[in-house]
Amino acid sequence: MTAIARSTAHSIVEASPRAKAVAGTIVILYAVISILPLLWIAATAFKSQSDAIAYPPKVIFQPTLEGYVNLFTVRTRQTPDFIAKLPPATTWYDRLVRQHDMVIAGPSKVVPRFINSLIIGFGSTFLAVSLGTLAAYAFSRFRIPLADDLLFFILSTRMMPPVAVAIPIYLMYRQLNLTDTRLGMILLYTAVNVSLAVWLLKGFIDEIPREYEEAALVDGYTRLQALRKVVLPQAVTGIAATAIFCLIFSWNEYAFAVLLTSGEAQTMPPFIPFIIGEGGQDWPAVAAATTLFVVPIVLFTILLRKHLLRGITFGAVRK
Amino acid sequence: MTTIIHPDQAAARGGPKPAGSLAVWRGRGLSDRAIAWLFVAPTIMLLLAINIFPLIWMIRLSFTSLNLSMSYLPLRFVGLDNFSDILTDDEIWFRLQTTARFVICSVALQVIVGFGLALLINRQFRTHSFWTTIILLPMMLSPAVVGNFWTLLFQPQIGPFNYLVSLIAGVPPSSFSMTGEVALAPWTIVLVDTWMWAPYVMLICLAGLRSIPDYIYEAAEVDRASPWRQFWSITLPMTVPFLMLAVLFRAIENFKMFDMVNLLTSGGPGSTTELVSITLKRAAFEKWRTGYSSALAIILFVTVFGAANIYVKALNRVKQR
Repeated sequence: MTAIARSTAHSIVEASPRAKAVAGTIVILYAVISILPLLWIAATAFKSQSDAIAYPPKVIFQPTLEGYVNLFTVRTRQTPDFIAKLPPATTWYDRLVRQHDMVIAGPSKVVPRFINSLIIGFGSTFLAVSLGTLAAYAFSRFRIPLADDLLFFILSTRMMPPVAVAIPIYLMYRQLNLTDTRLGMILLYTAVNVSLAVWLLKGFIDEIPREYEEAALVDGYTRLQALRKVVLPQAVTGIAATAIFCLIFSWNEYAFAVLLTSGEAQTMPPFIPFIIGEGGQDWPAVAAATTLFVVPIVLFTILLRKHLLRGITFGAVRK
Repeated sequence: MTTIIHPDQAAARGGPKPAGSLAVWRGRGLSDRAIAWLFVAPTIMLLLAINIFPLIWMIRLSFTSLNLSMSYLPLRFVGLDNFSDILTDDEIWFRLQTTARFVICSVALQVIVGFGLALLINRQFRTHSFWTTIILLPMMLSPAVVGNFWTLLFQPQIGPFNYLVSLIAGVPPSSFSMTGEVALAPWTIVLVDTWMWAPYVMLICLAGLRSIPDYIYEAAEVDRASPWRQFWSITLPMTVPFLMLAVLFRAIENFKMFDMVNLLTSGGPGSTTELVSITLKRAAFEKWRTGYSSALAIILFVTVFGAANIYVKALNRVKQR
């Protein structure tokens, strides 16, 4: 820091080259250490069962797709004689499994769980963003009595501990036959996401100058036409960013999913920890599932980079 | 009609509505007031159905002795018994203390790490934006999945964490278990939570640092204020509202923490990491003591609601900046 004061070569507030180098080194070191666990998981997905539980932990290993095959299949152990009598394996994954004296008995439940995650994620995101856009527009453009209290009410519903919310929801869904249904989960996630959507989108719509709409109204558009043809096209980036935040929430949510679903509507997060092989967790398969589950999030994070700050502070802090 | 007058504005002025304005509205579709309510109503109704109605139902249940594993028993009202049971139960107070320790330690660590990183990144070295994105990744992940894969990293024999520690500290890697030891487990959940959420504090602090206009530092330079003095008199006070926001949000989130800890230690060993949310889950969904757990849930609600109130005030204060 002292270097900043003495240097005259550049702007006073800009850090000196040495200060920058020190800062860069520490930050990069932190970034590398903090990303290591993720890299380890991604690598474990390509390990064989024995490499995954080797001591000392293996950094260099022979990569294999066993973990991914195990994730997508259910296998049974057979005697070598039995396997020798079978017709020759036709696919690479059949061959891989037979090397371990196993035979593929069928597909595992991972695909239906993945589809559940997708349906519930996109369904609740679509609903939350649609409702949120309308409400945000109204809060941004019209004078609504007790608007601040209503906005607080909307946000406060998101602050509730999920386990506490799940108790009455469980009872209510039991009465309505909504336990363990996708519809039930979509409605619940919509309710949680809509609060974020309203707050975020209100911020985005507030930034669109009123004059555009007013000009449209003067030209004879109705309010709804003005909303559709003037405001929505301007708010498209904001709506997209909001949608991604809602999608990430539904995708990642665990507490409601584990308490309110058991099979039919179960999503990935409660499913992943229960991927087991012979004798305990099948780590390469768990790592494979985790990798597949996390990759979209990583891509979305990079995509969202500019709006991340807004999203995590309910639109209060902007750059 | 060439100027746009909002109906409420016209009403607020107390003047008579312009003649023929109703006809104009009809010609243009719905009135603004109708549109406003039409747009807000679906959101409010959904929240009433999914949040408020169940909440009221739960308040009613909290005065009963309902146990779902014995639901054949008639619903018996017990008044405030559940509440007095909870508030006089040492177990619950221990869980609350465990939760408080977890919240305080993890938030404090996140503030130190997050604010430190923000100060360093704010020096704007080359490639800082790329590394910032890398650092942000953990906080976007599913806490449950994070809890689950850290159990692999913390395996005493095969996990890389213990192996690395053994290389540095020179103790055998199977001599300690991060998730299985009473002395270590509370720190383990703090460590993983910090790994995940220090980036959150960092991102908000970074926004705070960038909101400080350059000319203030330039003026301080002219006055020959030392860098130390600049930090305490400019940087810190001007970042504090942002920091407060991050602290409040993290405190609320960690107070209701369930997913990550449930998968990492599931409250163990014994009950050393049993946060109050885990206790609530066990009472409600394992022992099926619905009346009792409803009362506990309401106590937690009230606490979070109070904190949320302060949070929103802080949000609005930051917004005005």
